[in-house]
Amino acid sequence: MENILNALVILANFIIVPGLAYGAQLALGALGVTMIYAVLRFSNFAHGDLMAFGAMLVILTTWAMQGWGVSFGPLPTALLALPFGIIGAIGLVLLSDRMVYRFYREKKSSPVTFVIASVGLMFIYNALTRFFIGTEDIRFEDGERFIIRAAEFRAMTGLAEPLALRTSQVITVVVAVAVVAAVFWFLQKTRTGKAMRAYSDNEDLALLSGIDPKRVVMITWMIAAALATIAGTLYGLDKSFRPFNFFLLLLPIFASAIVGGIGQPFGAIAGGFVVAFSEVSITYAYRRFLSHLLPEEWMPSGLVQLLSTDYKFAVSFVILVLVLLVRPNGIFKGREI
Amino acid sequence: MRKLLLATAASAMIAAAPGAVADEVKIGILFGFTGPLESITPHMAASAELAMKEISDSGLLLDGATITPIRADSTCVDAAAATAAAERLITSDGVAAIVGADCSGASTAVANNVAVPNGILMMSPSSTSPALSTINDNGYFFRTAPSDARQGAVIADLLMDRGIGTVALTYTNNDYGRGLTEAFTTAFTAAGGSVVISAAHEDGRGDYSAEVGALAAAGAEHLVVFGYVDQGGRGIIQASLDVGAFDSFILADGMFGDSLIEAIGPELDGKVLGTVPGSEAEGADIFAALATAAGVNASSAFTGESYDAAALVALAMQAAGTTDSAAVRDNIMRVANGPGEPIMPGELAKGLQILKDGGEIDYVGATGVQLIEPGEAAGSYRVYEVVDGAFRTIEFR
Repeated sequence: MENILNALVILANFIIVPGLAYGAQLALGALGVTMIYAVLRFSNFAHGDLMAFGAMLVILTTWAMQGWGVSFGPLPTALLALPFGIIGAIGLVLLSDRMVYRFYREKKSSPVTFVIASVGLMFIYNALTRFFIGTEDIRFEDGERFIIRAAEFRAMTGLAEPLALRTSQVITVVVAVAVVAAVFWFLQKTRTGKAMRAYSDNEDLALLSGIDPKRVVMITWMIAAALATIAGTLYGLDKSFRPFNFFLLLLPIFASAIVGGIGQPFGAIAGGFVVAFSEVSITYAYRRFLSHLLPEEWMPSGLVQLLSTDYKFAVSFVILVLVLLVRPNGIFKGREI
Repeated sequence: MRKLLLATAASAMIAAAPGAVADEVKIGILFGFTGPLESITPHMAASAELAMKEISDSGLLLDGATITPIRADSTCVDAAAATAAAERLITSDGVAAIVGADCSGASTAVANNVAVPNGILMMSPSSTSPALSTINDNGYFFRTAPSDARQGAVIADLLMDRGIGTVALTYTNNDYGRGLTEAFTTAFTAAGGSVVISAAHEDGRGDYSAEVGALAAAGAEHLVVFGYVDQGGRGIIQASLDVGAFDSFILADGMFGDSLIEAIGPELDGKVLGTVPGSEAEGADIFAALATAAGVNASSAFTGESYDAAALVALAMQAAGTTDSAAVRDNIMRVANGPGEPIMPGELAKGLQILKDGGEIDYVGATGVQLIEPGEAAGSYRVYEVVDGAFRTIEFR
């Protein structure tokens, strides 16, 4: 019995807890990407760097708050700073839309033009972030770091294997659930949300029924910027903030959105967890897990690892390719790509 | 015809002009003043210049010659830029020798492409890659830093003495990490130890929990980290402590830095064992006093090695009686090792005088220099641990 518990604790410590937190971060990012795709009909490559920009604003506000002596008790101060970051990020995307995307929208340019324009904006956001905060690794987590410490867990349960639960991991999951619930409520129940869905399903019919396209576009951008800032901040809290990492995050985020079915909000959430758990579970070495379950003589001599951790990023690529080959619409039947 | 002759004579005079100033010896200082080592190279260069100034002020080098240092930028990471900078030092500035380069990659490129073909002596204070021991250098490449092959053996010995026989290992994915890993693994397995997993990590990632998960799964209790203190190495240690995967870390020189303790905090106490080049030679204290008086930060990495590199080049010139690199090359080992009068930092004038009078010296310098074939420091290492939020020296090996 104790062996089985030990094995379960290993799984929880190395796969379930990190996978849930990472999955929630990817889901929030993918939700933003998928909403832009549904309403504005292009893949926004600037989303990763928008996350970095939003998180940067949150960090700067956090520093200012720490300077004034404001704190959030055991929770990180960054949560208090979040609204300021969101407002700044919304300002940035509305400015980009006014100066770049609106021009192409009026010309009715093809989606490829929008994608390339978003790549250009990605470099601009990228440079802005580096200009203000630099390229260094920044940790801005304060308050109580752990809910359960590894050593405490061992002492408490008497098990050989440790389990650690960080505050940032719990906050990530809680905030993600709350945000996703709010977005879904907004899309399903409010007038503006319904207008957005109508616009997404059929632009011409939506225009005929008197929906204001400018308002729909603006609100979509605002939601996307808020989601990006929250996702970026949670990722930075949980791991660490380094502008380049958000660029690397773009691939798993797109993989999540496409796996779930692009344009489908629910698919983005599911996709985020599918990609996160694939990455974590495929690169994990199961030797220690098995050592608690198998008798000595059955123990494999190797590490029982499917892929070396060097190939972590390749997992998203493989998933992306498989989905596009086998089920191009994704799990939840999004749009054709 | 007469005009042509005149012109030829005039140009010959101009060409001869630099040679006329026989009492000036130029020595290049080729360090990465920009790039990943830019925070420590100014102190290294200042230390080398300190030795050169001491030599010049003595007025004893080669009948009163002075040394003019000429700085050039190796960039550390860009081999082409380092080669071009060295090319300029040799062909345009006409240096007699080069102190540098700093990074192993830059040193290899400069030695192969410029210094050896031109027959110019190089003395690196900080290139530690084992690969530099075997380059085809015609004896022109020296270093006052030890090869990592030695550090790998020292760490293996240290672990065996502590009764640690099984370890997991992770290294930064570059020449430094791979070279050190190879040296350590060879020495450790030869001594009867076993490395159950040896995995590379990339620097600059946000999250190392997957890497730590794989390392922990192998079943060793001790983790050897051959990485960088401000990069992935720190991330690995942080993630290991967070999930309770390892409680004992064995580190190398790349992980020695106060930023490790600042970033991780009291959790690190009593869990670290590591090595960093260093000696208990009394020269270190003398050099520190000398450098501080001159406004140079002596506690920065590789400053003593830089001072020694510049001093050795000048002393070997004196021993050879010329600045010609081929002759200087053959005298480096003679002045660096015994027998002879020991020469401490600040006693360079004494050394020059002894050599002038035909005597023998044993240059000890700031780092207790002892050169072994093929022209590199034998290497003495300081073993450290972390106690009460600070590094503490246990012993020297």
